[in-house]
Amino acid sequence: MTLTRHHGGLIILLSFAAAMLLTIIPLPDSLRTLRPDWMALTLIFWCLVLPYRVSVGSGFLAGLLLDVLSGTLLGEHALSLSIIAYLCVRLHQRIRVYPMWQQALTVMVFLVLHQLLTLWIDSVIGRPMPSLGYWLPSLVGAALWPFVFQLLTSLRINFSVQ
Amino acid sequence: MTVDHRQHHLDDVRAALSVLVYPLQLLVDLPGTTSEWFRESLSTRRGLQEENASLRTQQLVLNTQLQKLESLEAENMRLRALLDSSFQVGKRPMLIAELLSVDMDPYRHQIEINKGSLDHLYNGQPLLDSQGIMGQLIHVGPFTATAMLITDPSHAIPVQINRTGLRTIALGTGSIDRLDLPHIPTNADVRVGDLLVSSGLGGRFPPGYPVAEVTSVEQDPGNTFSTVEARPRANLDRSREVLLVWPPKLLEPAAGPASAAATPDKATEGDTSGDKAP
Repeated sequence: MTLTRHHGGLIILLSFAAAMLLTIIPLPDSLRTLRPDWMALTLIFWCLVLPYRVSVGSGFLAGLLLDVLSGTLLGEHALSLSIIAYLCVRLHQRIRVYPMWQQALTVMVFLVLHQLLTLWIDSVIGRPMPSLGYWLPSLVGAALWPFVFQLLTSLRINFSVQ
Repeated sequence: MTVDHRQHHLDDVRAALSVLVYPLQLLVDLPGTTSEWFRESLSTRRGLQEENASLRTQQLVLNTQLQKLESLEAENMRLRALLDSSFQVGKRPMLIAELLSVDMDPYRHQIEINKGSLDHLYNGQPLLDSQGIMGQLIHVGPFTATAMLITDPSHAIPVQINRTGLRTIALGTGSIDRLDLPHIPTNADVRVGDLLVSSGLGGRFPPGYPVAEVTSVEQDPGNTFSTVEARPRANLDRSREVLLVWPPKLLEPAAGPASAAATPDKATEGDTSGDKAP
């Protein structure tokens, strides 16, 4: 625990709001299936950087909002985002020191896990199996991770979020 | 929690949360709405005149068709009265809602509209456009509502072939321009181009509205059922305005005294049984 007071909760909220906007912003049909899971990326970042502020609870709330936004079963994204938030917080000390490409790979594992959990819930409630293109957002998300990381880090430093 | 949702205990929670995300949805919708507004306010006089003229012609044509329809409806009612069948056509109250241009899960066919329970929308309400049935509402929040299109893989709609009266069920496939009709026996009379209208069985969709057109029929004598595909009539991926309809009996008690409300109720009950008879 840090002794300084917490700063910049608004920035964290705004970053989540921006992630939600990016999640529902209309894209052309060819790009729709490639859209990375911005919520998961943002959540992973904050869990790695500020594990004492953003963790399972925030993941759960973010997931609930994501469920309402995307019209999925209530609790579906909440569950999977809570689980990856937990993993991130558990492993944050190890992941932080990784080089960027290795970090991106780890993030991809988290994203695939997130998609796997939602796919599992979807198939339990009897939705048909999607095509292989379903997994592309994880790849795209991992490829975008360095940029997301840089962007959010500069935000964090500029507004001294801690 | 997930199981809980299957029994619809959490609809209120979802409705409350939907208020929270409503500003975000509005924000995303804003560029589309403003560009539409700009286009409308900057359109030239000439363009407006042309549009006006074409709309006028269209209205004339539609009015002529409507005259024919009204006389046919009257004749139909007369004939049904002779047969003692209590079929009620009735005017259905309608409301026009606009789509919010937000993207949902690409593997689900869902849309978000800008009306909610404050406009008396309800879960399971049918959604139409000018060409046919589009889908039904699945979540209703105070300001917005989510609708599932008829092409969603988990959607099914009871239909009837307009030409022969054969009743069946049309299933969504997950592709926006195709419905499957898996329950048609091989010896049934189905042809390419047949119009499928909603049969009204199940009580969710109003009977007699166009749903889809048969595009391909494969009859393999070895199989029990033939493979029939259809294309939805409604512009599922192009409409921006949608129509919401209410069943006639729901608004009746508000309009008249309680004694008047009892009669249409009976009439609608008779309507479903009369529907099954042919």
